Amino acid sequence: MRTSEGTMRVPMTINGAERIADDVWPGESLLYVLRERLGLPGSKNACEQGECGSCTVLLDGVPVCSCLVAAGQAEGRSVTTVEGLGGLVGGAHGTAGRGEAGDPSGHAGDGGSGAGPAATLEPVLTPVLTPMLTPIQRAFLAAGAVQCGFCTPGLLVAATDLLRRHPDPSDLQIREALAGNLCRCTGYEKIIQAVHAAAVELAGSGS
Amino acid sequence: MSAGTEAAGTAVTSPVRHTPVTARTATPTREHTTVAGGVGQSPARPDGTGKVQGSFAYSSDMWADGMLWGSTLRSPHPHARITRLDIGPALALPGVSAVLTHQDVPGRNTFGLEHRDQPVLAIDRVRYQGEAIAIVAADQPETARRAAAAIVVEYETLDPVTDPESAINGSAPALHPGGNVVRHVPIRKGDVARAASTPGLVVVTGDYTVGMQDQAFLGPESGLAIPAEDGVDLFVATQWLHVDRDQIADALGLAPEQVRITLAGVGGAFGAREDLSMQIHACLLAMHTGRPVKMVYSREESFFGHVHRHPARMHFEHAATPDGRLVYVRARIVLDGGAYASSTSAVVANATTLGAGPYRVDNVEIDGYGVYTNNPPCGAMRGFGAVQATFGYESQMDKLAAACGIGPAEIRMINGLAQGDTTPTGQLLDSPAPVAELVQRVRDMPLPAGVPGARSDGAGDGTADASTAADIRALPGGVANSTHGEGVRRGVGYGIGIKNICFSEDFDDYSTARVRVEVVGGEPMATVHTAAAEVGQGLVTVQQQICRTELGIDTVLLHPADTSVGSAGSSSASRQSYVTGGAVRAASISVRDKILQLAGEHLGVDPVVLRLEPGGAIIGAASPLSLGELLGTSFVEDTVVYRHRPTTTLDPETGQGDPHVQFAFAAHRAVVDVDVELGLVKVVALDCAQDVGKAMNPDAILGQIHGGSAQGLGLAVMEEIQVADGLVRNPSFTDYLIPTILDMPPMQIQVLEYPDPNAPYGLRGVGEPPTISSTPAIIAAIRDATGLDLTHAPVRPQDLVGHLLPA
Repeated sequence: MRTSEGTMRVPMTINGAERIADDVWPGESLLYVLRERLGLPGSKNACEQGECGSCTVLLDGVPVCSCLVAAGQAEGRSVTTVEGLGGLVGGAHGTAGRGEAGDPSGHAGDGGSGAGPAATLEPVLTPVLTPMLTPIQRAFLAAGAVQCGFCTPGLLVAATDLLRRHPDPSDLQIREALAGNLCRCTGYEKIIQAVHAAAVELAGSGS
Repeated sequence: MSAGTEAAGTAVTSPVRHTPVTARTATPTREHTTVAGGVGQSPARPDGTGKVQGSFAYSSDMWADGMLWGSTLRSPHPHARITRLDIGPALALPGVSAVLTHQDVPGRNTFGLEHRDQPVLAIDRVRYQGEAIAIVAADQPETARRAAAAIVVEYETLDPVTDPESAINGSAPALHPGGNVVRHVPIRKGDVARAASTPGLVVVTGDYTVGMQDQAFLGPESGLAIPAEDGVDLFVATQWLHVDRDQIADALGLAPEQVRITLAGVGGAFGAREDLSMQIHACLLAMHTGRPVKMVYSREESFFGHVHRHPARMHFEHAATPDGRLVYVRARIVLDGGAYASSTSAVVANATTLGAGPYRVDNVEIDGYGVYTNNPPCGAMRGFGAVQATFGYESQMDKLAAACGIGPAEIRMINGLAQGDTTPTGQLLDSPAPVAELVQRVRDMPLPAGVPGARSDGAGDGTADASTAADIRALPGGVANSTHGEGVRRGVGYGIGIKNICFSEDFDDYSTARVRVEVVGGEPMATVHTAAAEVGQGLVTVQQQICRTELGIDTVLLHPADTSVGSAGSSSASRQSYVTGGAVRAASISVRDKILQLAGEHLGVDPVVLRLEPGGAIIGAASPLSLGELLGTSFVEDTVVYRHRPTTTLDPETGQGDPHVQFAFAAHRAVVDVDVELGLVKVVALDCAQDVGKAMNPDAILGQIHGGSAQGLGLAVMEEIQVADGLVRNPSFTDYLIPTILDMPPMQIQVLEYPDPNAPYGLRGVGEPPTISSTPAIIAAIRDATGLDLTHAPVRPQDLVGHLLPA
C-alpha cells in the first residue's frame, strides 16, 4: 500500500511471522527489503539479475529469485528464507532480532546473531549441530558442500523445494533443479552428494 | 619413484587413503593420530552452522547505527584526460553527506601490491574503463548511486593502448613513467642453439592465446568502515589484512596501527581480493563524515572493481628426439597486465619460470613479459601465471606426441620431472615430484560409458546414433534439445601442471600465530589467533585441527582474524596451510613446552619426562597433574612467527636461481562430447590425481580439487571477459558465464601423499594445481574429438564450427 512521498508499506508473512516493511520505494526488490529493511541478510545478493540463485526464497512455496521480485509483489504473501528453513523465526539462532516490525529508519540490517560487526568479534566456536537444522542443512555441512557459503542459502532453499517435489531425485534431476544456483567454490560434486544424503535421511524419518 | 617415500592413494571416488605418513618434518610431529578432529581428519567447519542458517556475517551483511552508504563514480573511458570535475550537483542532493575527490585524500594518493602506481582517486587522467574518480556517502544506497551519477566530469578522450605487443616494441605512448614493460623475465638454461643443431629432432611450434578470466567470486566487494577517535576500524572481505592496512594507512596519512582491520565473512576470493577495492574509499568517507560507511559493489561494478587473470599471447617451440624425449624448449610469453601493475611482476615470473612445465629439459630459452595497456588491470587469480603457460606447453606436448607417434599420456610420463631433477631455473627438486605417476593414474582410471545414443555394437567412428535413447541433459546443448546424439563425437585429453607454493623470489614470507591455553569450567580450551583470511577454503578448520593435534585439546576457539596480531601473509599461492599452518603448529608446540616447563616446576621434576595427554592430563611424574590443577585461572600463551625456507631472486640475465619454496602437481584426464555441427561441448568426465604431501583435511582437499577443476573447466569452454578497444562488453553473470551444476561432470579423484620433508606435516599446497591442469586437458579432449587445431582458451563455438561457415 502507498504511504507518504510515494513509498510503500508492505505487509508479508515471513518465515511464519507477520512482518511489515515501511518506507519501501517502488523500485525496491524483495531481496533488498528482506536484507536491509527486515533484518534478514541470509538471502544473498550476488548478481541482481536472476542468474546466480543466491537470493532464492520460497514465495507462497515456489522458489523465486528475490532480486527479481518487486517488494510490492510480495504484499500479503508468504515468504520463506534460509533463516526460516530450520524452524520459525526466533528459533535457535534468534533471527527475529532487530527490525521485527520493520525499522522505519530502514536500517534494520542486523539479523540477530549474524549481521552486526559486533557479531564478528565473538570467537567462532566449534559447531554443535543443533536440532534446529533441517536434514538438508545438516547434509550440506556433513558432505562438505559449504565452502565460502555465499551460494549456500539459495541452494538450501532450492534443494528444499526439489526434495518436496522429488523425494528421491536422480543425479540428473538434482542437476536440473539446481542449475539456476551458481557456486564458484565447490564444483558442485559435494552439493549433489548432500542432496542425496538429505533425501535418504528424509525418507528414513518419514517426513 | 623416488626411494624412501611412501606411496599412497589408490582408491577411486572415495579417494583419500588414510595411510599414516611418516612426515619427515624439521620438528618432530606429536603423534596424536587419535585426537578427534585432528590433522588428517575431516571435522566440521567451525563456520558451517552459521553458513547454512544464513546467520554467518559476510562483509555485505555488516551494519552499524547511523551508517551511511558509499558509492563510486568510475570512468566510462579506457584512456582520457579529465578536463572538468564538478561535484556540486551531487552535494546538492538531499541525503548526501560527502562527495570526495583526489583532493580529499590526506596521504599518498596511490596504492598497489607490488608497485604503488594506481591512484586512490584519479587526478587528471584515467587509464582504464572503471577507474575510480570520486566517491559519495549518502543515507541510502540509491541516493549514493544517484549522487555519483550527478557528478559532472568532462573528458578529453585519448586513444587507448590495447595491443600488449606495442609495449614491447615501443610503438605506444608510455602510460607510466618508465615505459610500458612492467617486467621482462628471461630464462636461459643449457644451450638451445646448439641443441637445435642436433640432427633428427622432431620440432613442433605453436601460437596460443588465453582470454581474460574473471574470478567471479559470488560475494561482491564490500565492507564497513567505522571512524574512531584515533583512526578507523574496517570490517572487510580480503585476502591479506596487513597489506591492506599498510596501503590504507598511507592513503589516510595514518600510522598503520591506527587502521584496525577485522576480517568479515568472505564470499570467495580466488585472487580477486588481494588488491584493494573499496577499502580506502570507505575509510576516507567514514573519517570525513564521522559516521560508519558501508560500501557494497554490484556485480557489474565488481567486474570493474578487481583485477582479472592476465590474457596471454604465447609462442612455443618444442623439440624432442624421435622417441619423444625433450631436447629443448623455446618460448615467448606476453601477459597483458592492463592499466596498473597489481601483481604482474610476480605473475610473469611464475609463467616464465614454470613455462616449460613439469618436464625434464636441459635446454630452455624463455622470455616472459608483463606489460601495461589501457585494458582492465590484471593480477592474481588462482594459478597465477601458471595457468596461461600450462595451456601453451600442454598443447605443445600433445603436438609433440602426435609428431613422434606416441600417446599423449606416454609422452608426459617419459618426460615428467622427478625428485633430483632441476627446473629451468636450475632449482633442484629436493622433494617428491610424482609427475609420471599422476599421469599414469588418471590414464588408468575407468572411462565413462560411450556417447549417449551411440550404437552399442562399437561400429562406426564414435559418431552417435540417434536410434538409441539418450537423456538430453547428458548431451551437448542439454535441455536446449539441440541433439539426441547425432553429430556428437567423443574425445579424451590429458593435462598436467606445475605450481610454485608460497611466495617466491626472496620474498619475506611469514605468518604469525598466537595460541592460548586455559581451563574454563574445568575444561581445557585453546584459542588460536591469526590474521589469516578464511575465504571459504577451510583454513579455520585446519587451524583447529593442528592445534588439537599438537595440544590434545578438543575445544579450540578461533579468535576473529584481525590486525591486532602479526601478519599471516596472503591467502593466496596455496600457502596458508603451509605457512599459517606452520605458525599455528609452532605456537602450539611452544605453548605445550611452556605448560610442561610449568608442570616440571610444579612437580619438581625435569619437564623432559612429562607429556601432555589428550584431554589435558600431564603424565610422566609420580603422580599425574591436570591442566586445571596446574593453571587454575591463569593461562599460557605464546605468539610465534613462522617462516618457510628462504628462496633466491632470479639472475636478471639468465633467470637462474632457486626462486620457489615448493612445487605441487596435479594431472587431469578429460572426456568430452562435442556436437561438431553446432559447436557445443559437454564435458562428460574430468578425473584428477594430485599429490598433496599430507592430506590435512581430506574432505576439504576434495573440495579444492572439485572447485579448482570447475574453474579450469570454465576457462576451457566458456569464461572470457570480452574486451574491445579497452571496453568490457560482458560485465554481468548474464553475459560472463561460469559453470553451473549441469556443466560439471562427476569426478574420479586420487589423492597421493608423498611428504615434503621441508613442510609442516609434509603437506603440499592444494588450492591451485587442479585449476591449472583441467583447462588443457579439456581442450586436448576437444581437439581429440574434432581434429581441430584449437589455440585459444576458452574454446568458443565459432572455433568449432567456424570452418563450416562460408568465408
